[in-house]
Amino acid sequence: MPQDPTERRVTVTGPPGRALPHARLRSRGRHPQALGHYRPRTEIDEQTTLGHTYVRSLMRSQLRAGLTALAVLGLLVGPLPLLFAALPDARRLEWAVLGFGLYAPLVLLARWYVRRAERNERDFVRLVEDR
Amino acid sequence: MNSSYAIPAVALVVVATVLVGAFGLRISRTTSDFYVASRTVGPRLNAAAISGEYLSAASFLGIAGLVLVQGPDMLWYPVGYTAGYLVLLLFVAAPLRRSGAYTLPDFAEARLASQGVRRLAGAFVVGVGWLYLLPQLQGAGLTLSVLSGAPDWLGGVIVAVVVAAIVAAGGMRSITFVQAFQFWLKLTALLVPAFFLVLAWQADGAPGRPFDEPATFREQRSVRVDDGLTLKLEEPLTVTVDGTVDGRAHDGDRVALPAGTHRIEAGARLTFAADTPVPAAGHGADDALSPSRAESRTERPLYATYGLILATFLGTMGLPHVVVRFYTSPHGVAARRTTVAVLGLIGAFYLLPPLYGALGRLYAPELTLTGDADAAVLLLPDRVIGGVGGDLLGALVAGGAFAAFLSTASGLTMAVAGVLTQDVLPSRAVPHFRLGTLLAMAVPLAASALVGGLPVADAVGLAFAVSASSFCPLLVLGIWWRRLTPPGAAAGMLVGGGSALLAVAATMGGFPGGGGSLHALLAWPALWSVPLGFLTMVLVSLATPGRVPAGTAAILARFHLPEELGTEELPTGALPTDAPRTDTSRTDAPRTDAPRTGTSRTDTSRTDAPRTDTSRTDTSRTDTSRTDTSRTGTSRTGTSRTGTSRTGALPTDAPRTDAPRTGAPEAAADPRREATR
Repeated sequence: MPQDPTERRVTVTGPPGRALPHARLRSRGRHPQALGHYRPRTEIDEQTTLGHTYVRSLMRSQLRAGLTALAVLGLLVGPLPLLFAALPDARRLEWAVLGFGLYAPLVLLARWYVRRAERNERDFVRLVEDR
Repeated sequence: MNSSYAIPAVALVVVATVLVGAFGLRISRTTSDFYVASRTVGPRLNAAAISGEYLSAASFLGIAGLVLVQGPDMLWYPVGYTAGYLVLLLFVAAPLRRSGAYTLPDFAEARLASQGVRRLAGAFVVGVGWLYLLPQLQGAGLTLSVLSGAPDWLGGVIVAVVVAAIVAAGGMRSITFVQAFQFWLKLTALLVPAFFLVLAWQADGAPGRPFDEPATFREQRSVRVDDGLTLKLEEPLTVTVDGTVDGRAHDGDRVALPAGTHRIEAGARLTFAADTPVPAAGHGADDALSPSRAESRTERPLYATYGLILATFLGTMGLPHVVVRFYTSPHGVAARRTTVAVLGLIGAFYLLPPLYGALGRLYAPELTLTGDADAAVLLLPDRVIGGVGGDLLGALVAGGAFAAFLSTASGLTMAVAGVLTQDVLPSRAVPHFRLGTLLAMAVPLAASALVGGLPVADAVGLAFAVSASSFCPLLVLGIWWRRLTPPGAAAGMLVGGGSALLAVAATMGGFPGGGGSLHALLAWPALWSVPLGFLTMVLVSLATPGRVPAGTAAILARFHLPEELGTEELPTGALPTDAPRTDTSRTDAPRTDAPRTGTSRTDTSRTDAPRTDTSRTDTSRTDTSRTDTSRTGTSRTGTSRTGTSRTGALPTDAPRTDAPRTGAPEAAADPRREATR
């Protein structure tokens, strides 16, 4: 069974000193012919500076997605208390907005975020796996 | 209220809970099942379980009661509870699941490699958990005494015993089923009566009065004041009094009370004519323990509203019972999707309590005076519909309320007991967990007997404020900021959470009396204590740059990298499926899970961090002799990988029975054998 890591353990011989045996093994497992070609995946595995940069870029894109959604939430919810304080007679509006109106936008916002975050991760995997 | 149906309904819920728990127990066989349900709970079941756990007495009874007493401003509570999940999703859900930590203290230790921070976080978890358990027990007591006239303590004791039994016996696997079952029960218990209530309201000509301010009596209504109270009148009020008002005894006289403050003694009976506005009760009625929270709201409504928003939005992520549930998801992507499903479920649920609040203002406004506002949901079916139908619907609501106490209390007990077992009791085996469960339940039960009545939703609000100012900074900065240091985290939690706790304690103790801005600041601490917590954490961390833990980069990589990086077993590019891999298929769990945990954690975080402190965790929580063999196996192949021992901060996935005790060491010593197994 070619996918079996124990088999590959025997066959892989790479430039010495660059990686721990298992990391080399895994990073080349899928394309054993690509010996000597260091893919981003290996950089991350080996925690090189370049590898950190990759991780940072993922974190940054995820943080950006989160902050964007938070900003939308803030803009949506933040002014409401002021609005209600400014319109003391608009009780029915307050009941309608707080009691019924806010939940659907929250769920939609959450769905948007999840889609965006999963896309970020897919893009990252594609980048790292060199495809 | 007629209790002939309600008592059987409550009994039925309790029995059904025990049965469902026992069902879970039958298939809960491994240590991993016990703590994290083998991490195979799919999004749908898990979302129902999370929602079931989250919708506590405060949601089921408290919100309607608060809305009834204080008007639509209180609708910020359910909005905040829901939006809290959104914030949790945005910044915490997936990284927390990937962190592999089981409780908040585990997270603190994994991220900061510091025993001190771990213990501090543990102390806060137990504190917040107990603060949150207290109102559940009290709500149960209130419900039972309203329904049947039983003594106040009885309901709390019933809940405590049932919950302790289920948690101790079945652990997380049982609890997952119990809570998912109870979510649907709670939703039904509010939805069906609400449907009939709205029909009755329409048949009544759909009066629009509930939205008017202030609420008015629709018909002549007489109210018996059980505990003395202070009325604050903005306009003169004419009322028929049978009892003592302002020190003068009346005997069925019509009394014209001028605007101002009036003292009604206990036992007085007030009869209000139709269309009289409902007077606002000051001290004494609803919030005996924290007399001034309602007042400080009226003095600083905007400040209080924003304080409430901040506390609930940011506090949710730190609630111990919420956090534990994320580890039952199979992976980070499922954790995210689960959170979206939770948002939908609790959003749907929260459409109902405001309805009860509004109808309560219409049909039972006198509850504001008698101090039983929390019982509005229970009393409405009888009041509006009446007859056998009203009794049956009332019984349904009562059963749902009990489900609320049971599910939230079991989640909290699970979380608190987890921390007690890990950090206080000597060993982490299952028997000690059971002991921890008893301890986790005994303390709040004793406290609820001692301190008496905190209004349900308010006490929960306090727990949120403390959680928002201690755990929110820890989680957010821990996940997103590389320069967080152990001293910074400890200082931030102490200053933020500690000051919130002190402010809350001072308010409840009646300091400083008389209102004013200082008072409002202390009663709604989140607005200043949350920034204070963040600021302290950041500043102290920046001041101690040398203390950044050595493995930080690797750990952050593990938090954020998708699981598929490092899992050869999975087809490339495909996300791990999150088809509800339900729990009964326990047998295949280890096969899919064990290799993944074994390798995925490893490759991203193979470093330097000291192995000793974490490996302690790894062996002792699960029974050591049954250690996950695949993990041990892989760690032999690499040179020095702490990543693996981090994984061990979790109960492992290998089934207890799978690796025979004697065979385990050999299997571990030979990686090939393990891999080909």
